[in-house]
Amino acid sequence: MATPVLDVKRLKTSFLTDDGPVTVVNEVDFHVHAGEVLGIVGESGCGKSVTSLSIMGLVPALTSKVEGEILYKGENLTQASDKRMRQIRGNDIAMIFQEPMTSLNPLFTIGSQLTEALRLHNKKLSKKEAAQQAIAALKKVGLARADELINEYPHQLSGGMRQRVMIAMAMICNPQILIADEPTTALDVTIQAQILELMKKLNEETNTAIMMITHDLGVVAELCQRVIVMYAGKIVEEGTVESIFNHPSHPYTIGLLRSVPDMRRKKDRLFSIPGNVPKPGSLKIGCQFAPRCSQAHEKCLKEKPELKALPNGQKVRCWLYEEEKEYIV
Amino acid sequence: MFAYTIRRLSMLVPVLLGMTLIVFSLIHAIPGSPAQILLGQQASPEAVAALTKEMGLDRPLYIQFVDYLKNLITGDLGESFRTRSPISEEIWPYLAATIELALFAMIIAVIVGVNAGIISAWFQNSWFDYLLMVLALVGVSMPIFWLGLMEQYVFSIKLDLLPTTGRDNIRDPVTAITHLYLLDTLLQGRVDQFFEVIRHLILPGVALATIPMAIIARITRSSMLEVMRSDYIRTARAKGMSMLKVVYKHSLRNAFIPILTIIGLQTGLLLGGAILTETIFGWPGIGNYIYSAIQFRDYPVIQSGILVVAAIFVCINLIVDLLYAAIDPRIKYR
Repeated sequence: MATPVLDVKRLKTSFLTDDGPVTVVNEVDFHVHAGEVLGIVGESGCGKSVTSLSIMGLVPALTSKVEGEILYKGENLTQASDKRMRQIRGNDIAMIFQEPMTSLNPLFTIGSQLTEALRLHNKKLSKKEAAQQAIAALKKVGLARADELINEYPHQLSGGMRQRVMIAMAMICNPQILIADEPTTALDVTIQAQILELMKKLNEETNTAIMMITHDLGVVAELCQRVIVMYAGKIVEEGTVESIFNHPSHPYTIGLLRSVPDMRRKKDRLFSIPGNVPKPGSLKIGCQFAPRCSQAHEKCLKEKPELKALPNGQKVRCWLYEEEKEYIV
Repeated sequence: MFAYTIRRLSMLVPVLLGMTLIVFSLIHAIPGSPAQILLGQQASPEAVAALTKEMGLDRPLYIQFVDYLKNLITGDLGESFRTRSPISEEIWPYLAATIELALFAMIIAVIVGVNAGIISAWFQNSWFDYLLMVLALVGVSMPIFWLGLMEQYVFSIKLDLLPTTGRDNIRDPVTAITHLYLLDTLLQGRVDQFFEVIRHLILPGVALATIPMAIIARITRSSMLEVMRSDYIRTARAKGMSMLKVVYKHSLRNAFIPILTIIGLQTGLLLGGAILTETIFGWPGIGNYIYSAIQFRDYPVIQSGILVVAAIFVCINLIVDLLYAAIDPRIKYR
């Protein structure tokens, strides 16, 4: 296979607090190929968003520390200068966010926010050309009356429209990678489907790789080719969408899949994984998931499991797969 | 925007009317007869009564008020009891002196205050932030007369850098056209005088700017901190924009509404005549004008002086309201 467009190696992001550094993302390894859609799944607080912000270099510089390697086309972004990062942001790696309602600046027109992105990376572009490209970008994401929209302000648009504008803004410089941080979470279900459809279309047309960060397994099934499941700052399972959905291996993944409501089956109560994601830095030893795991045994509480490849190519971080068959579900 | 402007302008009428009534009633509540003051303690009661009648002060209050309003509408602010000259002509040089000083002070306050606030917010919790905020606290709490005296002591008397009092050099006075000396000197092409006027403005300007500057810095800091955490700032950063541009373009404009409010209020206060500063620096401003009018129970002058100051205050608020709408497109639609 070709070299991945983004290769993240042993990424470790910690925040400096009054009580010392707290590691939020720990030893995360993954890669994304050109044109691929990678899903990153996990509960709130498992480090998904911090992973993406680390790649963008947008974690607060003074109060955090990013270690490991983030190789974008072979260039290590953790070592890149501030200036180089600004060139990459928006132009090579773009990002869209969870909150379309607040992600656009309320005081600037849609047009000026779109052309701003363009002109930051292409200084020679005239205002007129930029405006034309902005209109084209808005049309591309399915916004009718684009030529009027560029003179309107965000508050005149609905949430779905704003997310389309955000996507247009992210895609306007033809980035190699689009990081989408829960882009559909704040939207109505029907709008969600439209936005996903749009992202799928853009991915096919432009060959832009997408990192889809979500807690919605439906989104993953719809859009992604490969999935990473994160728990408490670590990857606990990795594989293709088919293998993860058909043979979830890590008890956490199994739990996640079981907690998706099934329309065909009538159940009184929806399954939920007991407990909450541990506070970063609170669990020092053993498997991070062990306190919530129904199959945890003595070893899980004492030793940290490693990410291990299964025969089918899936990777899993669990002691159940290191020892005798008897533990396997 | 036009409809909004008209709406705001029409709201001025009742405000100004109410203001006039309040000022009128307050003035007449001050004890002491103006005629007595004018004629002195030895004047005979008959003479006092005659003068009172001549000045129209023996008529019922409401008639005096209606009369006053009638005159106001034609731009006639009445006659000073003391100088016997029309106030509308007499007041302008004082007002101009105050406007010049207040605007000069506000420009210093805004430039320094806003930037200090931005830097503080940008480097939140750094030693620089703490230092600036301590300075701002000191600035707010500093008695202005003390600061003025210290400035004079250090910069005029000890270092002999700047003049202590006045608006211009007595040996080479500015020929007034508009009474805004900075403008007048430029109109006459007298650059040397222009800088002389600036030199006279610096000490009172800085003294007057201190409190607004400190308040503006603190408001800017908290407003910026709030905006810097917002999602659209992250979006702007994700586009590849430099921090400097993010701060001054995207953040400052969003943070500016509360800052603008404070700027408006403080400008109004400064234009209201900073009597202390004007006294210390011998500034012939509106504060001094009203103050001496009060000493002489010069009712028409007090009344008109307060009215003019209040009207300016209202107008500044109007301008601030219009600027809100210019900054934030959402305001027009409310």
